[in-house]
Amino acid sequence: MQTWIQRQKNMIEFTLSSLLRRKRKNVALVTVYTLVVFLLASVIFFTYAIKREASLVLEGSPDMIVQRLIAGRQDPIPLSHLDKIKQIRGVRSAGSRLWGYYYDPVVGANYTLMVSGESPAEGSITVGQGIARTRLLDVGDEMEFKAHDGVIFNLSVQGIFSAKSELVSSDLLLISESDFRKLFGLPRSHATDLILQVGNPREQVTIAEKIAALLPDTRIILKEELLRTYDTIFDWRGGLMLVILFGALLAFIIFAWDKASGLSVEEKRETGILKAVGWETSDVILLKFWEGMVISLTSFLAGLVLAYVHIFFTSAVFFEPVLKGWSVLYPKFRLIPFINPYQIVTLFFLTVVPYTVATIIPSWRASTIDPDSVMRGS
Amino acid sequence: MIQLLDVRKVFNAGRPNQFVAVDGITLSIEPCRITALKGPSGSGKTTLLSMIGCMARPTSGRITVMNREVTSLPERFLTEVRRKTFGFVFQQFNLIKGITVLENVMLPAYPSGERHATLRRRASALLDLFDLSQKASARVEWLSGGEAQRTAIARALINDPSVIIADEPTGNLDSKLSQEFMEILRRLRENDKTVLVSSHDPIVFNSSVVERVICLRDGRIDGNGGC
Repeated sequence: MQTWIQRQKNMIEFTLSSLLRRKRKNVALVTVYTLVVFLLASVIFFTYAIKREASLVLEGSPDMIVQRLIAGRQDPIPLSHLDKIKQIRGVRSAGSRLWGYYYDPVVGANYTLMVSGESPAEGSITVGQGIARTRLLDVGDEMEFKAHDGVIFNLSVQGIFSAKSELVSSDLLLISESDFRKLFGLPRSHATDLILQVGNPREQVTIAEKIAALLPDTRIILKEELLRTYDTIFDWRGGLMLVILFGALLAFIIFAWDKASGLSVEEKRETGILKAVGWETSDVILLKFWEGMVISLTSFLAGLVLAYVHIFFTSAVFFEPVLKGWSVLYPKFRLIPFINPYQIVTLFFLTVVPYTVATIIPSWRASTIDPDSVMRGS
Repeated sequence: MIQLLDVRKVFNAGRPNQFVAVDGITLSIEPCRITALKGPSGSGKTTLLSMIGCMARPTSGRITVMNREVTSLPERFLTEVRRKTFGFVFQQFNLIKGITVLENVMLPAYPSGERHATLRRRASALLDLFDLSQKASARVEWLSGGEAQRTAIARALINDPSVIIADEPTGNLDSKLSQEFMEILRRLRENDKTVLVSSHDPIVFNSSVVERVICLRDGRIDGNGGC
């Protein structure tokens, strides 16, 4: 066992020396390889981290949301439905929500308006960083709104959400209930939707079915369905990027195969010398294997580190337009590092293994050079 | 110690360009002696050395090394015999460019799995023996002809083989260096090494160091085993 380990160490020593002797070629190879790993790892890290963020945010969301539908579109829901829902066994608590979208023609952006327990007093609003940035607002400034009946009224900015919450609050605007109803013309008897908390999570589906039977003009959205939707969105976007990048990876593997197939005259001569001084074919193949592994592992680790910095320190600056979405209000945020070891292993098997195989097969052909040719100087 | 029995080597057998490089040679190489193979180009010297050194297989006949028949050994065992029994000095030296003198000397022993520190010490001792200690960390491209030759000999000795095979070793050396080379061979013989040299250089086969000269012509021994 010791002999085997020492043999590997000797081989790695000579491998490093071999690689350094062909600096230009190997630096080019490592650069391209690192870039491919960087791109793939960035997509994987980003997709996973943002899905994790979404799931953390949604942890505080209600178990069930009940919305009224007319002709397949959401419509304000009567608060009288709340009384019926509260009668259903298993419903721990039920309430109503007021929220909606407001289109600001000044900047061409959509804001999410919401009424909550933290809403400011009538006449004031709290805005997200994205809104403040786009409309150049500060605390104390006034913002103009056009109500449903065409009446213009101003609301004063009482506060701006902190940058830490920008991922979820960038386009958010907290408003008082009376201002909300005045803006959208929503009567006091209605709300945007209803929210429920269920005592036993296993009863969710049963309760949803009861509500659907009781209130046929509604649709019920479960929390897990919301999570699945987020997963699907980011998986789709991430998958799109990965499909494109796998094309790049395949091109790189073909390039690596081609490089390994065409050994230079110098490399062939060296292989012949190694055979002549007593190296077996398997020793030469082992050398080529370690050459492939050193390049692979170096590129893999470098690509991984660069991807980590790209996603978690520069907020995925290269992928913004594709993965974050299309919006006037780009949130500025830093993702919390979430790395799944399973993904690292998958990436390893998708990059390092194919490259090693692509180089070792042509290397086997080269390692069968006849040592006798060295004696003859050919 | 090395026995050849009716050894033949035919290239491109059965084809119009068939060529018999070695034609039925029977020979015994005495141990701890310096034997020179003499003959013009194409006489079969290099082919014979290749087969003795387990680099090539004869088309027919048998070769025995240290009482072990090597002709029909699988490649893996043949390589092992080559590595442990023989050390090679080539005409072109065949040192690997871009690595140091010390690394070149250590090269044949890498696959053995020997501890690197031990290997390094042994290689350094050999360099010291051939007055190359100061060149240990130099690239082989920077060596003179004589230094390269001595490095090649040191490399040949790293696995402490019992037989040294040198093919046209003075082909790229001037007379002074050729004489120095012969002196090195004498020292090797004194250390109980068997040396087999092929050359058509008179400095080699006329040297007092050489104890037996075998003449080859057209793949056969010319005369009665010596000349």
